[in-house]
Amino acid sequence: MRPLNDIETAIAAVVPEPSPQAGADALLRLSEEVIEHWIVAREEEPTSDKREGFRLLALHRQGAKGDPSFNACRETCREIAYHYNLVHMQPGHTEITNRLEMMKMISSHLYLFISGKMQVAELGEFCCSAKPIRTSTEFDYGTPKEA
Amino acid sequence: MTTKDKYKKVAYYPGCALEGSGHSYNRSTKAVGKALGLDLVEVTNWNCCGAMEVKNVDPKLQTYLSSRVMSTAANEMDMDVVMAPCNGCYHNLKKAEYDLGHDPESVDVVDKLSKKAGHKTYESGQVETIHALDWIKDAIGEEGLAERVKNSLSGIKVANYYGCMYTRPRHIFPEKDQGPGSESTSKPHFMDDLLAAAGAENVEFPLKTACCGGAHTLSDSDMSTKLVLNILKTAKLAGADVIATECPTCHSGLEMHQIRAEKVLGESVDIKILYFTQLLGMALGLKPKKVGVHENISDSISFLREKGLA
Repeated sequence: MRPLNDIETAIAAVVPEPSPQAGADALLRLSEEVIEHWIVAREEEPTSDKREGFRLLALHRQGAKGDPSFNACRETCREIAYHYNLVHMQPGHTEITNRLEMMKMISSHLYLFISGKMQVAELGEFCCSAKPIRTSTEFDYGTPKEA
Repeated sequence: MTTKDKYKKVAYYPGCALEGSGHSYNRSTKAVGKALGLDLVEVTNWNCCGAMEVKNVDPKLQTYLSSRVMSTAANEMDMDVVMAPCNGCYHNLKKAEYDLGHDPESVDVVDKLSKKAGHKTYESGQVETIHALDWIKDAIGEEGLAERVKNSLSGIKVANYYGCMYTRPRHIFPEKDQGPGSESTSKPHFMDDLLAAAGAENVEFPLKTACCGGAHTLSDSDMSTKLVLNILKTAKLAGADVIATECPTCHSGLEMHQIRAEKVLGESVDIKILYFTQLLGMALGLKPKKVGVHENISDSISFLREKGLA
């Protein structure tokens, strides 16, 4: 697993040559590495399982366990998988270079979100999750007037 | 009563942002409602939904604050539907509704605080909370909208950006993901549907619900700028001229960080940012000023002139 900062450079360096498919393979692996960082930082072993054929989706699920705000990147991961499929399943498509470029942008977003979250764990917490309903509270709600 | 009829007159909860940074969203929502013959009755003496600050201090206090808005609509205004155009307000009211339907402790806290404040306690299910997208989609529909279009948005390529709170977390939106006709939490499409009905060409935009770092825009501006810049560049790569928004927080974040990206990172992305209600309003024949285009931070007038909308 390379240092997190190196992943940003590696994503930017992906090009359609020698083949867009090789580029998509590299981006998928880099995206997996980004989530591995998150999981290792939580002192867990990154899973080698797959979901719907993608380790990336299994890693995302593992990363979101106990931290629903991590779901803020769920669709980003699914879009990476979708673009990976587009590049691999339609190798002769006229838009293939654009599709790989789009996969790069989505992988960059995953990197930016997770590297941000590594610095500020609460990123995504307000917007994307309902915090677990508290079972107890220290707040004094007071006594009703008529009581 | 059908949903279509029910949504013709709704309690309108603009929320704080629409009275401040999102003023043009407020103006354009009201203008579109009027143009479509829909009745908005503003919730009387409304309060903050609890937004991010209160929710972080105590989620149950946020549940109470949102419940008070719904209680006013139900018990004092006799309304069945509350429409909140802001994703934050919409999300918080939906979350309160969920909590009150599933957590007895929340019910107890809301009851105590409501009695203390001297108003009727909101009971789960008294009102239905909807977003501005549901409102237009269900009250008017794509066909109805297409019939009313005076200035088609044809020739405008749009990336629809929904932000995060419109679909997350999934469990507070039980009406979504119910098959054909319902909204999707993984790939929302209501804004796409409405703008397409008005003639726009929607582009395939993979970051439509991606994080923009909105909540950290003050505490870590660089992170937000990088996330927004990536969203802008992706929309541009997808071929869009415009990013359509449906949330004041997303909209302000995109506009402000578009400028900041140029200043701080030296990267400029030539893409316009407009509320979907502004685009719909102009399609319905309203002048840009009528839908508050002049109140946006970024200047879209020359682009709108080029497209025959101004």
